[in-house]
Amino acid sequence: MGLIDHRFEDNFITTNLDRVLNWARQSSLWPMGFGLACCAIEMIATSTSRYDIARFGAEVFRASPRQSDLMIVAGTVTKKMAPVLRRLYDQMPEPKWVISMGSCSNAGGPFPTYSVLQGVDKIVPVDVYVSGCPPRPEALLYGLMRLQDKIRKENTILRKERVIMAGQTEPVIVEDRG
Amino acid sequence: MLETIVVPLAKIVVLLNAVLVAVTFLVLMERKVIAWAQSRLGPMRVGPYGILQAIADPIKLILKEDITPRKADKYVFTLAPIMSLVPALVVFAVVPFGPDPFYYLSDINVGLLFIISVTSIGVYGIILGGWASNSKYPLLASLRASAQLISYEIAVTMTLVSVILTTGTLSLVGIVEAQREGGLWFAFVQPVALMLVFIGGLAETNRAPFDLPEAETELTGGFHTEYSGMRFSLFFLAEYANMIVISAIVVIMFFGGWLQPFPNVPALAFLGFVPPWIWFIGKIFLFLYVFIWIRATLPRYRYDQLMALGWKVLIPVAIGNLVVTGILKVAL
Repeated sequence: MGLIDHRFEDNFITTNLDRVLNWARQSSLWPMGFGLACCAIEMIATSTSRYDIARFGAEVFRASPRQSDLMIVAGTVTKKMAPVLRRLYDQMPEPKWVISMGSCSNAGGPFPTYSVLQGVDKIVPVDVYVSGCPPRPEALLYGLMRLQDKIRKENTILRKERVIMAGQTEPVIVEDRG
Repeated sequence: MLETIVVPLAKIVVLLNAVLVAVTFLVLMERKVIAWAQSRLGPMRVGPYGILQAIADPIKLILKEDITPRKADKYVFTLAPIMSLVPALVVFAVVPFGPDPFYYLSDINVGLLFIISVTSIGVYGIILGGWASNSKYPLLASLRASAQLISYEIAVTMTLVSVILTTGTLSLVGIVEAQREGGLWFAFVQPVALMLVFIGGLAETNRAPFDLPEAETELTGGFHTEYSGMRFSLFFLAEYANMIVISAIVVIMFFGGWLQPFPNVPALAFLGFVPPWIWFIGKIFLFLYVFIWIRATLPRYRYDQLMALGWKVLIPVAIGNLVVTGILKVAL
């Protein structure tokens, strides 16, 4: 995309088209199959029959970042994993969203140590924070629904700046040794 | 003019759109059936019972950024999804949906040969896609795909020869007509051949339990790891279109195509009020359901098991079936 992104003024056609496009994006959020720690077990449980993330059309866990729309950062982000996570985020095609799942990826959780990144929002822009240690599947589903609300309010082809609500505090320089 | 250009073009437009719409809803059907098999609900929020999921996914995929890796071979990288999808759609040129010429585009006298050769071209898209990505996992997956296709193509083709021996024609319309005259679907005449063609068809469409080219646990996304957005969905479309093609071949060869069940039994003649094309499409969807059912049930084969099954079981059985068919054809 890029040809029609944020190029149009408000009128009857563009606003309705915007609504349809946002509806499509919010209805098929394919997450990346990417778990870091114990939160990943809860993320897996979210896709099982008791909670069933498939109801929202988001059960297609893609193995390749090229085909995913949503990165659920599920677990402790160590400083060793941080460059990998950032690279995976960079490999995802636009539009992409990030859910930070659990206390560890929100703010470091119970690990205020030298080896753990104190919040994944230091390296990638986060759209929704889900609290809990680990969050229950219901909490993740609630986070997904809040993300859908957020996508619904976005401007896809209308001329407006895209609001990134990430807590972009001080940018951390991460060495990429790949 | 009207007969040679306008009518075929109109048919092509209708057929192409029907196939593509069927493919998008087939994806939804797969998600729903697998969900039910795992006692889940499947897509529910997008439209009533998740029906609009089939529309939301394509719109989203078209809108996604289209990434070409910097070190990829750009022309081949673009060409590969097209080469994968086009053969899958071209096959429908010879698939008869009913007895009259109105229901099919063409009835060529080498129809079956045409299908076999064109579906074999489809694997070039996979191989080129894996090669052009310039990445290790897609390359491994595409090598697997080519080895797998060669192994199973032999068994399937040899099995189809035994059906051709029974009918004496390569025309798909002729094969269905032979089943109507015989009064018996070939599933009852050639049960071994049915099993071989169906198993081989599973392997050729890269479906579970033979989905090694896109084994997510070993090879990330398989041959389409580096593909995003619309190009990825072209591969997706090709896979599902190939499923429809294989189901159509199985229905035509073994389940009487557009014929109603037991066409020569007078007591069941009332089934004739259903139009033939509905019988045909209904049978196709029955087999698509079996495809999905198998995916929800069986784990993936290991690579050496796959090769062993192909070369040590399917091909000897196919040769045996061919020999027995030939002997019976001469003896009876």
